[in-house]
Amino acid sequence: MQKVYTKIESIVGNVITVRAQGVRYNDLAMVGKSLANVIKLDGELVSLQVFAGAQGISTTDEVRFLGYPMKVSYSENLLGRVFNGSGKPMDNGPELDENLIEIGGPSVNPAKRIIPRNMIRTGIPMIDVFNTLVESQKLPIFSVSGEPYNQLLARIAMQAEVDLIVLGGMGLKYDDYLYFKDTLKESGAMDRTIMFIHTASDPTVECTMIPDLALAVAERFALDGKKVLVLLTDMTNFCDALKEMAITMEQVPSNRGYPGDLYSSLASRYEKAVDFEGAGSVTILGVTTMPGDDVTHPVPDNTGYITEGQYYLKGGRIEPFGSLSRLKQQVNKDTREDHRALMDGMIKLYAAYKESVEKKSMGFMMSEWDNKLLDYGKLFEARLMDLSVNIPLEDALDEGWEILASCFEPNETGLKSDLIVKFWPRTEE
Amino acid sequence: MKNNNAHVIGVNGNMVKVAFEGTLSKNEVGYIHVGTSRLKGEVIRVNGSEASMQVFEMTGSIAVGDEVEFSSELLSVELGPGLLTQIYDGLQNPLPDLAAQCGFFLQRGVYLDPIPSKDWEFTPVVKVGDRLRPADAVGTVMEGIFTHRIMVPFSFEDEDWTVTHIVEKGVYNVRSEVARLKSAKGVERSLTMVFSWPVKKAIKCYRERLRPDETLVTKIRIIDTFLPIAKGGTYCVPGPFGAGKTVLQHMTSRNADVDIVIIAACGERAGEVVEVLKEFPELTDPKTGKSLMERTIIICNTSSMPVAAREASVYTAVTMAEYYRQMGLNVLLLADSTSRWAQAMREMSGRLEEIPGEEAFPASLESVIASFYERAGKVRLRDGKIASVTIGGTVSPAGGNFEEPVTQATLKVVGAFHGLSRERSDARKYPAIDPLSSWSKYKGIADEKKVSYARSILFRGSEINQMMKVVGEEGTSVEDYITYQKSELLDSVYLQQNSFDPVDSAVEVTRQLYCFDLLYSILKAKLELADKKEVRAFFNQVRQSFLDLNNSAFKSEAFMALEASIRELAASKQGRA
Repeated sequence: MQKVYTKIESIVGNVITVRAQGVRYNDLAMVGKSLANVIKLDGELVSLQVFAGAQGISTTDEVRFLGYPMKVSYSENLLGRVFNGSGKPMDNGPELDENLIEIGGPSVNPAKRIIPRNMIRTGIPMIDVFNTLVESQKLPIFSVSGEPYNQLLARIAMQAEVDLIVLGGMGLKYDDYLYFKDTLKESGAMDRTIMFIHTASDPTVECTMIPDLALAVAERFALDGKKVLVLLTDMTNFCDALKEMAITMEQVPSNRGYPGDLYSSLASRYEKAVDFEGAGSVTILGVTTMPGDDVTHPVPDNTGYITEGQYYLKGGRIEPFGSLSRLKQQVNKDTREDHRALMDGMIKLYAAYKESVEKKSMGFMMSEWDNKLLDYGKLFEARLMDLSVNIPLEDALDEGWEILASCFEPNETGLKSDLIVKFWPRTEE
Repeated sequence: MKNNNAHVIGVNGNMVKVAFEGTLSKNEVGYIHVGTSRLKGEVIRVNGSEASMQVFEMTGSIAVGDEVEFSSELLSVELGPGLLTQIYDGLQNPLPDLAAQCGFFLQRGVYLDPIPSKDWEFTPVVKVGDRLRPADAVGTVMEGIFTHRIMVPFSFEDEDWTVTHIVEKGVYNVRSEVARLKSAKGVERSLTMVFSWPVKKAIKCYRERLRPDETLVTKIRIIDTFLPIAKGGTYCVPGPFGAGKTVLQHMTSRNADVDIVIIAACGERAGEVVEVLKEFPELTDPKTGKSLMERTIIICNTSSMPVAAREASVYTAVTMAEYYRQMGLNVLLLADSTSRWAQAMREMSGRLEEIPGEEAFPASLESVIASFYERAGKVRLRDGKIASVTIGGTVSPAGGNFEEPVTQATLKVVGAFHGLSRERSDARKYPAIDPLSSWSKYKGIADEKKVSYARSILFRGSEINQMMKVVGEEGTSVEDYITYQKSELLDSVYLQQNSFDPVDSAVEVTRQLYCFDLLYSILKAKLELADKKEVRAFFNQVRQSFLDLNNSAFKSEAFMALEASIRELAASKQGRA
């Protein structure tokens, strides 16, 4: 049904309207040299969003309907490759068109889901020890512009114990894209990575396609038994692209200009995180920058309601307060017996340290206990919180005991006696 | 097919415009033929010969000109024995069966029989010649632990039916005929154990509605004592993300003193539903000794499932609740979360290009929310039995701000408000219900005078705490400091409850009253304490003993010993009151 139409009725923003018949909702078309997909049907009027943007499109340009929805190639050949939001290669490699799969597929039947049970080791103590990442979890990193969230993602991509990384970049600065590419290449992680990249200078529509492309590919690899980690940065740009499209389509905005279906749009992406019984899994780690560091902004707010916890990245560190992995209870009981107790104990002491810091800054007298806490806080920040620390979970736990032992007497830590007997580092010998 | 020539003329998201000829009613169900599949939708607006349908499936690949088949029926659910223990999506599609047929994914356009085709032992309770009205029973079957009444369908228009045929006691398939009825006008109808009812219409086959005046015990102290809910009442639980709404609802669904619990997981995380799905069959219902699943129905339309079906899911749930109420049972419906349901309405309203109300919610939001909560109620059935539907809905306000339209519209119509606060959940004070701003209009389990005295301590304590932040501990009198410590004690040993401790997670009424009296004696006591250091030491000691007491079995040796030590301690500091 490759019909060609040459009369474009209207061009508004990135949306063009053409009179056509027999067109199906969501189908693809070629407009000039760009892909476009159908986003509205009204009698004979067909609205299409043009992936490459409508700049320079003339009213007599050809519109050729392809008769199928957006698809992406799926095979082992994807590994190590970089694609844009139209699914075209960005790395001068060959175009892939074998084994095409549809994107934005149906959601997983809740009755087929299982309770998450495996942790993903990242080598970052603030994650492994304090807020463990769990297979099939969906977790955003709440941050603000200027924080090293992309560096953090790159480190996780290099170190996480998974079979495959799918990186979806939305509105990335070109520098950041190069940073990801170079870092992953240098570390040798590139050949287990697939990248779908939309840079800030690329057309908006392509930005909205990135998560669907990345997740469709991830899902298929998971069904084939792979443990896949999907990294999405930055979801706020994705939401802003949705906002732009919604406004172009004259939708009634709901909150700060965002469309009313923002929650559903985000949920349908994040809920792709799943552990397939008898096959692989998809885990999603996203970045959500909070405009003005405001967690009640519609994007982080809706995200928080969807995801299973969040990491706050502030001042170059993952904040122990506010950060939460809702699924950590499922796995941290089976790692090492002191894991939970140490996690709680160290956080409580760190909270006390924060109070002491506050007291100190207000000019109060520091007691002996306060001084101990101040020492502890400094060690904790330098030896565990710092993002450059890269040690396995067990070493991090031992490190935790070392820090405690160097600052406190055993009975000051509030930890259970049997754990102290077993794990408290012995100074003699 | 009654509407010839109905076909698609437009698609916008999940809204499809259809041109039709002949008659069509609002909320009628239609199917769009796309390739080999049929996609279900509901008519939500009719304008001349054009109708707008909200489609309950993903709308990809629909083309202008696709045929639409209307069913002449409103959006309905099937009611009959076998609903209990089931897991449905918002349109009553049984999810485990769907998984067995389609695998991991929810394939669109597949609609399965909601009521399992099963044989039941049917016992007739009428004989030929008996005269019946809709909702009168013709017989019963035993569904697990409940006597399930097989009723004359509520949808029979006439009020007067005569039994012309009734089967003998025996085992029958759920869909085989069990009776025939004839109306006064001579219409004859056949009855099976299953019939359908439109979800958006309340079932009103009862004699009268009663005031909800009986406390619904949840075994959560802060609720039962301070912020009670009632059988047949309504309540809402608004809270920001991470404040523990869902955990609170799960606790309630486990322990609530009702016959049947219906959980409507509406637009929330799938993972949370999975926890219920995997946990409930393992847990035993303390009342019956059977698995908790036997008294539970789960309606699950999680956030990534089609939005229009989310809108339908709460109605599906409440219709089932009303159906079981007709059997003389007490039903609790937990809807998590009504905000997602309201958002589904907002999405639809936007596509219909309606003039938006506040935050783009439809102008009808308040009346729709009100009429949903009004479907709760305690009633006297025609046979004199008292039964009830209680509705508890969580609200997820944007930014955790209660001033938004859904929270406000809900507050107007509910009988109790359990507001969760970020400060309390951040401080790990669970359940994070804010005792100061929450309220309830229902009668609790404890003596009202004592409760209001305890509340006044809380308020005063919070005031003193505010004051102390300014003037410091030094500037506070010992007397005020004692009141502050009393309020802190009440909070930490009574309002907070450890949902992971086997003893503390569910507290029986007798135990609650016993402990409340013990606590009350301390709150009321005039304590002779010299300085703040002594005050602190005293309350630390009381708190520690009380927390230990909360974790020991009721009236066990340890419990009695701890109680004695608390009383002794209090008595030793008691002044001459």
